[in-house]
Amino acid sequence: MTVSRKNSREIVEAGLARRRRKESIFRATGMIATAVGVTFLAVFFATLIAQGSSAFRQTFIKLDVEMSESVLAPDGELDLAYADFDGLVRSALRDAFPEVSGRSERRELYRLVSIAAGFQLRDMVSDDPSLVGSEVTVWVPASSNVDMLVKGNIDPSIDESLRPISDAQVGWVESLQEAGRLEKRMNKALFTNGDSREPELAGIKGALMGSFYMLVVTVALAFPIGVAAAIYLEEFAPRSRWSDLIEVNINNLAAVPSIVFGLLGLAVFINWMALPRSAPLVGGLVLSLLTLPVIIIASRAAIQSVPPSIREAALGLGASKMQVVFHHVLPLALPGMLTGTIIGMSRALGESAPLLMIGMVAFIVDVPGGFTDPATALPVQVYLWADSPERAFAERTSAAIIVLLGFLLIMNLAAVIIRKRMERKW
Amino acid sequence: MTETNITEEEATPDARPVDPADAPAAHKPKGATVPKAIERVTELGEKTVGEVRCENPFIVTENVDVYYGDNHAIQNVTLEIGKSEVIALIGPSGCGKSTYLRCLNRMNDSIESARVTGKISLDGLDIYGSDLDPVALRARVGMVFQKPNPFPKSIYDNVAYGPRIHGLATDRAELDEIVHTSLDRAGLLKEVKDRMDEPGTGLSGGQQQRLCIARTIAVNPEVILMDEPCSALDPIATARIEDLIDELSRDYAIVIVTHSMQQAARVSKRVAYFHLGRLVEVDETDRIFTNPRHKLTEDYITGRIG
Repeated sequence: MTVSRKNSREIVEAGLARRRRKESIFRATGMIATAVGVTFLAVFFATLIAQGSSAFRQTFIKLDVEMSESVLAPDGELDLAYADFDGLVRSALRDAFPEVSGRSERRELYRLVSIAAGFQLRDMVSDDPSLVGSEVTVWVPASSNVDMLVKGNIDPSIDESLRPISDAQVGWVESLQEAGRLEKRMNKALFTNGDSREPELAGIKGALMGSFYMLVVTVALAFPIGVAAAIYLEEFAPRSRWSDLIEVNINNLAAVPSIVFGLLGLAVFINWMALPRSAPLVGGLVLSLLTLPVIIIASRAAIQSVPPSIREAALGLGASKMQVVFHHVLPLALPGMLTGTIIGMSRALGESAPLLMIGMVAFIVDVPGGFTDPATALPVQVYLWADSPERAFAERTSAAIIVLLGFLLIMNLAAVIIRKRMERKW
Repeated sequence: MTETNITEEEATPDARPVDPADAPAAHKPKGATVPKAIERVTELGEKTVGEVRCENPFIVTENVDVYYGDNHAIQNVTLEIGKSEVIALIGPSGCGKSTYLRCLNRMNDSIESARVTGKISLDGLDIYGSDLDPVALRARVGMVFQKPNPFPKSIYDNVAYGPRIHGLATDRAELDEIVHTSLDRAGLLKEVKDRMDEPGTGLSGGQQQRLCIARTIAVNPEVILMDEPCSALDPIATARIEDLIDELSRDYAIVIVTHSMQQAARVSKRVAYFHLGRLVEVDETDRIFTNPRHKLTEDYITGRIG
């Protein structure tokens, strides 16, 4: 017995309202989910930028320094390594505040300026020895506490014992400000220095170079190995229980917590192969293991997406398996493979846990100059700074995160652009 | 046409075959067949009716069986294909005609579960012999596929690819010559000679298929296999390809799989009808379409199955 025509129309129409309601509920749910996600992202970026952007500027104090020969070269010979540049800075401060007297008061006064001031003068003299004996006006970095006060991160109205800066220092800073001798300038040290215990001296260059060397090792290893493995598994390996097992394990490997790879690197590369600790070489090796499954999976998907008709066309013309792969499959799959690789690389760039295991978490002041020099990486630097007690490291932590996110953004953008570019060809 | 079993409506004055698409089954008076003049074979048996042998055999297949895993796709097919003849393979979907075609240049090798038994020889050479390289075979037996599949490269590179990998040209001038001749023979040169550097995928469907044919003949094969070469094309493009097949049949043996009986009738000299993995009937095209010897062939060409 079939439903009559009129009857079925009624049934359909009766159900329409329910269908529409379901659809609108589904649509609203999706919109709410998207809105929640976007809100979290916005809050995250807003706090990050609010906290971190101040680190890109640093407070400087203008000093008139008398490069007196009697201080720098008391016995007539200028030795840059031993010359008392700090003494010059101190006397310049004394000249600026002649009313300050007494040892402890003066010591407080000296703390307005960063220890970097002495180094800055030394570098100036090293560049131009004729400065000795003349008077120069220089902008030297203020100490981090002064910087924090100027940036409003230290509240001068609270009790003196609760803040790292005394009432006298606050007064001097105010008078410097009035005299126009205090200014916020571009914080170059953040990009040109390695790590430091002094926040105003600490920079991310060491971590950046460490990350760079590590990624070089990772790309150089993971891309060729991953692509070769994907090609072999897709095009040449016979389908059997073994290839299924390998496939399952590669997928599992992609889900292994990264710290496990760090332990593996510690055991194999450092303990067994005796490679140096804290080295970008070992970090790169560990990160290649970490990204290899990602690259293999992406590359296999890219190979699978090459239409079989292209393979057949080439085979039908008498191309060998090898020629089919290298003349046709690989060029067509390459955009997908590169996208996968870049996404793998950006994961590697953001990875910190495995690096803790292989000693890349050490406090390293020097900027690494090679693959075996001790180094840290950007995310590890973030971790180290976030752990530091000085108030001024808080904003530097956020600044380092901003830089890290900037690089991740650039890499992901590159992945998108490469994919778009190369897809057009096909 | 005195001996006929086809109905009055289907009996056209000339020997033009009947296409089921032209004469839908609904128009046929059911059961109103004229008494049979000759006895037709009705069973789907081991033996192929008609004439499997030909005068000047170039490709010889003897008792060929193909298995895909446990699936017995082709059963005991024996067929000879002559030099410079066009033979059409027809039959309902899944009957094994494409599988048979792909045995002739060992394209089935790329399917892991496929297994071929029996003997297939090309000009006396056993093509499933252990010492034969399928690469060398495919240079002699070209193939054109159902969907036009030009490489995502320039028109020139599409045609030049085969000669390049086989090293058929010693210098650029020779390669140019091969490319131009092949495009000319495929009837495409006039349309593309000013845009040889443009991608082959930018051509129309019919042009793409002719480009694929040009690409195939650039390798200078002896046999061309065509797997439903016109099924993705419109009637005008189809007509051009059919003319081309006519032209090419002077120099090449052509094996064409087709679902269009009109096409089979227009282009082929002989027709082989496959059914459920068996080769049911082989004969001259005229005879098959006017007076098939097997009931299944008759049913298929009159549109009762397929």
